[in-house]
Amino acid sequence: MTETTTLTYIGQPLRRREDFKFITGKGRYVDDIKIAGMLHLAILRSPHAHAVIKRVDLAAAEAAAGVRLALSGADLAGKIGPIVPNWIMPGTKVPNRPVVAVDRVRFVGECVALVVATTPALAYDAVSLIEAEYESLPAVVDEWEAIKEGAPQLHENVPNNITTVYKVDGGDYRRAAREADQIITLRLTNNRLIPTCMETRSILAKPNADGTLTVYMPSQVPHMHRRWIADTVGIPEHQLRIIAPDIGGGFGAKMHLYPEELLCPFLARALGVPIKWWESRSESHQSTHHGRAHTEDIQIAFRNDGKILGLKVETLGNVGAYLSNMASGGPTVNTINFGTGTYKIENYAAISKVVVTNTVPVDAYRGYGRPEGAYIAERAIDAVARHLKLDQVEVRRKNFIQKADFPYKPYNGPAVIYDSGDYEGCLNAAMKAFDYTARTKERDELRRTDCYRGIGVAAYTHVCGMAPSRRLARIGFDRGGWESARVGIDSSGRATIYSGSMSQGHGHATSLAQIAADVLQIPIGSIDVVQGDTRQVQAGHGTFNSRSMAVGGSSVHVCAKRIVAKAKCIAASMLEVDEKDVAYQNGSFSVPGTDIQPLSFAKVARMAYLGHALPEGTAPGLDETLFYDPPGMGSPSGVHMAYVEVDTETGIVDVLDYVAVDDAGTLINPLLAAGQIHGGVVQGIGQAIWEEVSYDRGNGQLISSSLLDYAVPRAECVPNIRSSFQMTPSPTNPIGVKGIGENGSIAAPPTIVHAVLDALSPFGITHLDMPLTPPRIWSAIQNVRAGARQ
Amino acid sequence: MADAGEYLHTVTVTVNNAQYTVTVEARTLLVHLIRDDLGLTGTHIGCDTSQCGACTVDIDGKAVKSCTVLAVMADGSSITTIEGLGSDGSLHPIQAAFHEHHALQCGFCTPGMIMRIRELLRENPNPSEHEIRHGLSGNICRCTGYHNIVRAVESLTAGARRL
Repeated sequence: MTETTTLTYIGQPLRRREDFKFITGKGRYVDDIKIAGMLHLAILRSPHAHAVIKRVDLAAAEAAAGVRLALSGADLAGKIGPIVPNWIMPGTKVPNRPVVAVDRVRFVGECVALVVATTPALAYDAVSLIEAEYESLPAVVDEWEAIKEGAPQLHENVPNNITTVYKVDGGDYRRAAREADQIITLRLTNNRLIPTCMETRSILAKPNADGTLTVYMPSQVPHMHRRWIADTVGIPEHQLRIIAPDIGGGFGAKMHLYPEELLCPFLARALGVPIKWWESRSESHQSTHHGRAHTEDIQIAFRNDGKILGLKVETLGNVGAYLSNMASGGPTVNTINFGTGTYKIENYAAISKVVVTNTVPVDAYRGYGRPEGAYIAERAIDAVARHLKLDQVEVRRKNFIQKADFPYKPYNGPAVIYDSGDYEGCLNAAMKAFDYTARTKERDELRRTDCYRGIGVAAYTHVCGMAPSRRLARIGFDRGGWESARVGIDSSGRATIYSGSMSQGHGHATSLAQIAADVLQIPIGSIDVVQGDTRQVQAGHGTFNSRSMAVGGSSVHVCAKRIVAKAKCIAASMLEVDEKDVAYQNGSFSVPGTDIQPLSFAKVARMAYLGHALPEGTAPGLDETLFYDPPGMGSPSGVHMAYVEVDTETGIVDVLDYVAVDDAGTLINPLLAAGQIHGGVVQGIGQAIWEEVSYDRGNGQLISSSLLDYAVPRAECVPNIRSSFQMTPSPTNPIGVKGIGENGSIAAPPTIVHAVLDALSPFGITHLDMPLTPPRIWSAIQNVRAGARQ
Repeated sequence: MADAGEYLHTVTVTVNNAQYTVTVEARTLLVHLIRDDLGLTGTHIGCDTSQCGACTVDIDGKAVKSCTVLAVMADGSSITTIEGLGSDGSLHPIQAAFHEHHALQCGFCTPGMIMRIRELLRENPNPSEHEIRHGLSGNICRCTGYHNIVRAVESLTAGARRL
């Protein structure tokens, strides 16, 4: 008997259930939690990019008002740490990373010493009294400088500052280069960024009377953090409870293992009192991971009709002073596996080198590798169109992977499969929404009046929710690819979902409940969602890699189906009929074709807990837990278009219009999906036009050290984002859903760069690096004008 | 170091219609008084250079970033925080519009954003999209791309309400 679902919550733009606490000021972030008797941790950070620590004198700090404890790295050596990455690519040389530096510092911001005091202010006061003496060493901040002969060396076991070399290829690039009509070479910079969650990091560790430890922290990955902290501090994992309350944004920055996350639990156990650390914004710029920071040298071999025959890529990924959690995988697997983007480029040769420098460690930031990979593919295709003076849309069409090609293995390599997509469909929808033909005409007419407008296009694809687990093992991950869900039905038929995914603003309390409601056929108001507490939630990986709906949502879906299956079995027993004759419709169990009175889900739930009339061999209760390991990965895709105007006198870029057509398969909640696109696109526009971490190349000082010097987009800087969707369901999971969270930040940087280059094409400017700040554009125009005058 | 006692001051403020008298250090910022002494944690701290606006509250009828004010400077003033909006369990129209238009994701910037919008609409009941965007330039949101925040404000303009 087939089940028909009559309630369809999936696809509805439901308003979020979690909004009320936030809009009334009742959200609860870690820094809002205060426990009587808690002490405060403050950290002395290195002012040098590279130095030998000669002396750390804590005496004055120890004697200061309110100070309970002061420690240097030497005091902690051998007691906790080292910090070990969670993803170590085969062949990687892993530098030793102490929790607090012992004899050498390698970036501005590295922990050197710490103070615990009765108030945050007194802790900071005391930190300023620590006397630390250094002997500075030559520093290197740029990846291409770091691999040169004679460059300062950061770690003895990392010769030439290269931790990892990774190659991927398919076809025969050299033959393609011979057969090509032309070859273009480009050097691309993927600018270093600061994720800038509005809530900085904060940790509160509380020892409990029973010997266990509770750690409140804004973690995207609570169960992974539990394991990492347990292993690194030496606490039995089952005695450690991680609570991630409301989280003020993550974007990848809150899924790694940081020194402070180890120090608070360690100190709380050592002192027997709660210990809190809160990161100021300026501190965050030098203590929370940065993103991107790549240089790519690319060669594109193509025919004069615009068909790309081959692509060669050499990536240098700057990962800062130590290997953070996933740093050996980001510039390698995550980036160059995806360098051909949405195009059929069958001859591909790519190599990536992971490089350490005297800078803040670099790790995952919204898309991790896919924005870098898409930037390679998109700048390549755009350069070909521009060089051949062909229409940018037509060149894309000519090279696109076609709908009939899926599932598609790029460059016939073994590593990547795109499961599905319809790039032409997205392109056509984007051109229509953008009014491409009329806009092109308008742009051309305005140019005659010295008004410089440009149209940018970019297509992208992504592969989300890395899985299955055995695949992760092959590339050096120390984790799996599954997600877990528990669906607990109470004796009145209401449900609680315990999910290992972790919302940081995504709205899982709404979207996961929508998924469960459709399967359970009960009102969404009867479903609660619990996340972010390792004592309540059985297990999990968390939220990152655009995986929560595809992996976490699928686990809820499958688990809820098990509930219905068991309930049906119990209902059959209650109705005294064969199970196969029972149908579940509109939330009640009936026997079609008979006049047997249907049973409500609630009645069956009650019987499950009474246990009075259960079938032989059926255990009481209606509560299922599932670990779901996906068989494959879904590939969202899309086409974005932007219309910009460049003020040639000031170099200011004004983004006039932005159209996003995204295909994320089945949409659980289109309102929330559009919200993810809006936010991701604006972060991507930020990367393209304003955001850049700046270091002094001589001494390694961090120049963009506060929000005064690091320009995130403001409301007045960005346009409305006109978002719409296509739906090509993913065949890799039972809901057909694909990732959505990272798509905007993947697509927007090349879209904007192409639009600006289009606007500047009358000046003969064919390449500029992000961010496209006014000085950079103004200088480029001035250089052209100066050249013309000579 | 001098004894902290000599830097202590007594401050009396009215917050959300309740009067409080608090002893603070001279260096205490108003935002810390609100969060730590009064326990009103809906007002957030997102930066340390007055860039982000997460700490915006209403002081004597003006939206002010409460990290730019020393607690002692607020002595005698009347302050409204996010917890003071709405009444008897009903939402303030701006709060309701944020919910309806999905104008928040992580919610961290939201209280400051709402307090600023309250002033914006008081100053200009009928702002254009450009005026809304310009008016929000002191408040950073990293999640929404501002798109739905602008929609929420547009729904509250005098023009929209007449429709």
